Formats: sequence, structure tokens, C-alpha cells
Amino acid sequence: MKLKQIESLLGRIQQFSNPKLDLEQYPTGPHIASRMLYTAENTFGDVNGKVVADFGCGCGTLGIASAFLGADYVIGIDVDLKSLETASQNAENLEVDVDLIQCDVKNLSSRGQVIDTVVMNPPFGTRKKGSDMEFLSVAFKVASQAVYSLHKTSTREHIKRVALRDFSANSAEVLCELRFDVPQLYKFHKKKEVDIAVDLWRFVP
Amino acid sequence: MRLLTHNMLSCNIKGVKNGYPLRLEAEKWTEKEVDFNAKFLRGIFPKIDWPALVGSARSFGFNDLLPDEAPDSSLLASDDDLLRRFHHALLEIHVEEGGLVCPETGRRFPINKGIPNLLLHEDEV
Ligand SMILES: C[S@@+](CC[C@H](N)C(=O)[O-])C[C@H]1O[C@@H](n2cnc3c(N)ncnc32)[C@H](O)[C@@H]1O
Repeated sequence: MKLKQIESLLGRIQQFSNPKLDLEQYPTGPHIASRMLYTAENTFGDVNGKVVADFGCGCGTLGIASAFLGADYVIGIDVDLKSLETASQNAENLEVDVDLIQCDVKNLSSRGQVIDTVVMNPPFGTRKKGSDMEFLSVAFKVASQAVYSLHKTSTREHIKRVALRDFSANSAEVLCELRFDVPQLYKFHKKKEVDIAVDLWRFVP
Repeated sequence: MRLLTHNMLSCNIKGVKNGYPLRLEAEKWTEKEVDFNAKFLRGIFPKIDWPALVGSARSFGFNDLLPDEAPDSSLLASDDDLLRRFHHALLEIHVEEGGLVCPETGRRFPINKGIPNLLLHEDEV
């Protein structure tokens, strides 16, 4: 599928109707999501024919994008049932299969080496400190091929250090720096949009 | 939830040692066709826990869909019929309502609208 086509299909995804503050619920927009998975497939071959897990899948954007890029099996995991039900509806509307699991990512226990690639836009840990690292730690445990993740640029050195030292990553590479518009979903956001610098990472476990 | 997902999930309650496989209670399920991809199936075969897959297929009453003993991977390369059964079991059955029961503690994780709920209670983490 062409990049433009994926981006436009992702634009049809219904997003959080009542985002929950403490879970850092905001979507990855179609522009970033389509490029993230397009790069994962076209530069690294990490999606087509693979089992892909979307951690903190929300309404399913990254998992659905993986299915468009030829993933043979997609699993979306989130704590929030409401989002999972929306994700299920989105997958059905866009005619892709995504298996959904309601689970706290940090308590996920999976056996075997079934999952090839993990894709995620984890909570940055602004509400609950360290949740980005918890996601990353579990991703390293289950992925056998690659982990794609978005993290605040301000944490770049820390992430690199932890990935290589504590998670014994074979490689930890920033693919690009993005501007991420976190829309004004919450009352405490004064500006209409909070624009933050975010890195797209690729890790090899 | 499909059976490939079931095959990789185990009970995540703290302290549980024999939390695999979760016993599948299927109350309602649907079957839906998925494109057949022999390469994917052969690649995933060695990663599958065969007895768990056979057991989960049984919970739908599919007693003869798969052989009890894991087939040799060379058989999977030559036996198209077997590969198609494997494909069907793994990818085409969707559990809509039911539950997953931990073999050690008996704790039941419900499945509603196709989504298993593996959230833990406070005293289980
Ligand atoms: C920044 S949003 C990303 C949503 C979606 N992946 C996307 O890219 O549009 C983070 C998601 O993680 C979920 N989440 C937060 N904490 C979680 C946890 N401990 N386990 C699982 N999911 C969690 C939230 O419900 C939310 O859907």
C-alpha cells in the first residue's frame, strides 16, 4: 500500500472521545503513524509477514497501520476497555484483523518467541513517572526482531543508556526527530496545542 | 481473541508458576476467513505450543481438526491439508465470549466482545 493511501485511511480512525488524563491518552496522528510504520517496513523489513504487537494501542492506530503494511498478525494491548472497543470498531471498519487484549503492559506475560516486532507510542511518563521505561522494558522482553517507539527528545541520552546497558539492546538508534502536537485535551494545557520534540527510535533487542 | 493469542498468554498473577496454558472456555465464537500464507505458517509453527493449540481447538468441539502429537515440520511442508487445518485453528476462529482459567489458581479472566480482560486485582500483582 502507498504511503499516501495509508495516511488517508488512518485519518478515518475514530480517536479517544473522552481521553483519560492519567493514562496519557492522545493519538499518534496519521502523518506520523503512517511514516513510522512505512519506515519500519520499507527500510528495515520489520512488518510484512510478521507478528506485530502494539503496546498501549489506544484506538488502534499503530496496529492498524501495521496491518496495512502487511503484518500477518497484529495484537493490540491497552489497559483501557473503552479505547479497545473503539479500536475493535476501527479495525472492523477498515477491514483488518487486530487481536485485542486488556492488560497493563507492565504485567504482560507472554511465552514463546511469537512476537517479532513491537510498535508503540507509550505514555511519556509525565503523569506517572517511569511508565515509558516500563513499556520499553517489557517490549525488550517480548520482541524478537525490533522495537519502534516514540520518546521525548529531552530524554534521548537516558533512553540510549538504559537500552544499551540495562536492556542489553544490540542497537538503539534515533531514526528521526519529530514535532508532536499533543492537542489541548486537558484543562491544564494552557495553549491550544502543545508542540513537543519527540524521537522515533528503533531498537534491536 | 484468536488461538495464536491464546497460545502465547499465560497467567500473570504474582507467584504463579504453572500458569500455562490458560484453559479456554468458549461460549460464543465466530469463524472468519483469512488469507492463506504458507510461509507465515511454516515460520510460526516451531514457536507454537502444540498441546495448548490442540486443547484450545477442543474447547470448540473441534476434536479432529489437529493431530494430538505435534507433526514433524517436514510434514507441514508437504501436507497441504494439514497446513490448512493449522491455518484455520490458529487464525480463523475468534472467541467472542467466554473466559480463560488459570490452571494453578482457578482464577478466571473473562472474555467479552472478543477482548480478554487480563487486568489483575490489587492483591495479585
Ligand atoms: C499516548 S497514547 C497512544 C495511543 C495509540 N497507541 C496511538 O498511537 O494513537 C498511550 C496509550 O497507552 C495506554 N496506557 C497507559 N498506561 C498503560 C499501561 N500501563 N498498560 C497498557 N496501556 C497503557 C493509554 O490508555 C493510551 O491508550
